[in-house]
Amino acid sequence: MSLLDPPRSRSLPDRLTGPAARLSRSWEVLLLGIAVLIFVANTQASPYFLDPWNLSDATFNFTEKAMIAFAMALLIIAGEIDLSVAGIIALASTAMGWALQFGLGTPGLVMIGLAVGLACGAVNGALVTRLGLPSIVVTIGTMSLFRGISYIVLGDQAFNGYPDSFAWLGRGYVVWVISFELVLFALFALIYGIVLHRTNFGRHVVTIGNNPTAARFAGIRVERVKMVLFLLTGLMSGIAAVCLTARLGSTRPSIASAWELEVVTMVVLGGVSILGGSGSIPGVVLAALVMGMVTFGLGLLNVPGIVMSIFIGALLIGVIAIPRLVARIRGR
Amino acid sequence: MIRSFVRSREAILLGALIALVLLVESRFSGFASPGNLAAVFNDTAILIMLALGQMLVILTRCIDLSLASNLALTGMVTAMLNAAVPGLPVVALIALAVTLGVVMGMVNGLLVWKLDIPPIVVTLGTLTIYRGLIFLISDGAWVNSHEMSAAYKALPRAELIGLPVLSWIALAVIAGFAVLVNRSALGRAFLAVGGNPHAAVYTGIDVGRTRFAAFAIAGGLAGLCGYLWVSRYAVAYVDVAGGFELDVVAACVIGGISIAGGLGTVGGAVLGALFLGTIKNALPVAGISPFWQLAISGAAIIIAVAFNARSSAKAGRLILRPESTA
Repeated sequence: MSLLDPPRSRSLPDRLTGPAARLSRSWEVLLLGIAVLIFVANTQASPYFLDPWNLSDATFNFTEKAMIAFAMALLIIAGEIDLSVAGIIALASTAMGWALQFGLGTPGLVMIGLAVGLACGAVNGALVTRLGLPSIVVTIGTMSLFRGISYIVLGDQAFNGYPDSFAWLGRGYVVWVISFELVLFALFALIYGIVLHRTNFGRHVVTIGNNPTAARFAGIRVERVKMVLFLLTGLMSGIAAVCLTARLGSTRPSIASAWELEVVTMVVLGGVSILGGSGSIPGVVLAALVMGMVTFGLGLLNVPGIVMSIFIGALLIGVIAIPRLVARIRGR
Repeated sequence: MIRSFVRSREAILLGALIALVLLVESRFSGFASPGNLAAVFNDTAILIMLALGQMLVILTRCIDLSLASNLALTGMVTAMLNAAVPGLPVVALIALAVTLGVVMGMVNGLLVWKLDIPPIVVTLGTLTIYRGLIFLISDGAWVNSHEMSAAYKALPRAELIGLPVLSWIALAVIAGFAVLVNRSALGRAFLAVGGNPHAAVYTGIDVGRTRFAAFAIAGGLAGLCGYLWVSRYAVAYVDVAGGFELDVVAACVIGGISIAGGLGTVGGAVLGALFLGTIKNALPVAGISPFWQLAISGAAIIIAVAFNARSSAKAGRLILRPESTA
């Protein structure tokens, strides 16, 4: 906007705001502030909150969802969405439980979980990129389809009896209170952060989200990039399925129900534009921490899960509405 | 006119629906009897009404994922009020349900209109908020059949000229929507806003206000269905109609309503809902486990959307030729 105005002086400043001013207005700093506030509120609300083992338990609230959220963030930045992630978890978990009956060991089970995740991602990706269908509708369909297959296989039954070495993937600790899942979370945060912010592929993702037509003219293989993103989201859902199944020790078709909404909430809360084209991985990491701590803190206060979801819903709308509301009032 | 109908997607869908009914009838005689078809219609009535409300929202390039939560909340409010004050006339409860539904729809609409927040984000948030509020007001307790007054439970089941009142309400809503969408300025505005928002502005249509109206109407219908659902099944609890919002979207998609907005008909939405409802009712008849239902509706959505895209595929989407032919 200010670029369109005639310059008042002869020289144009290199940047309109300094790095410090820009940082203070950034979404990530706002989120960090919220996270710190919630953390302090939690320590005040419950004397047990600061216990290291307690904090370690708290991380299980978000690690699995956040792993999917990283891939989902890239997908949403590229202008697509995958609502079938929880359905993929159900199907991958069912496949692992089914394979377990044939005496497959832990490595085999993990391979099957990841393979089913990838296959589901490939189905979504093919429907969206090959047939040119809108991803929101396709994945609403595949969400029902994937979970539906799990219901056909399992009905009202459950698979359990996973081996101990498999259970470690969901319940084990690497050192002291640092769980295997937390390590995976940190590792994927780093990988996705580098991919999105430091590689050509990441720039392609952002460009596609801003303008797929321009991206195609710039020589970016839009469909291939989107296909890769759907595959990644499927794979991450498969990984989350392995961790969640290992942690729960059983598979029911209702596993991870409504997670797709929580994952999307996490991504949007992390400052990723639902319209595509912008977003950051540090934002998603902070959003995961905020959501995880809100639900865990409220849990310590014996607030039921469904009431926590009110907070999450209000948080989702509030963090987007309040800045816009402030801007509107200032603009008048 | 007949020729254009035969080629329309409604005709194809109607054909598919008839074929489906005949297929079930051929193996399990009696499915296509008028009495059973009326029962299927009655069973699908709520889905039809919600699909019509969702259609308006989708026509304006928005989406409302909070309809099922809205339904469950208004249903719980009417049930609790009925249990607390059994003397309150049912008409007052229905008026309250519709008002409450409209208010919840208006909340969605205002956030989309005034703050320009993407509708999927808004309704994803209100979906969880409305659902959570049910727990807050009910404390997780159920309102059971014996706590509801006889008049409260009787209305949707009462028979009027051979059909339950629930079916008549659905028929009235369908007729009302046919007039609204095809014969009123507001109805055409929904289509115009979705078809081309910029052009709509030039013709003097307020895009935001039109979207707001769509959300309010859809919310009002969800409220009405809240009462109907709870009184029909004679039980109210937190998870009433859980996941039903996706069935509603599925009905719209199967009915040929374009998720990109501006394209869709009342007949399409009704047929889409009936198609899903028929499958749902045919499964137990055919002895197929109800656990198949989710996968079948999922597959139906994918096939429908692929089919719709094929029939409305536009040439010239290809910007650059593939390398092999360049």
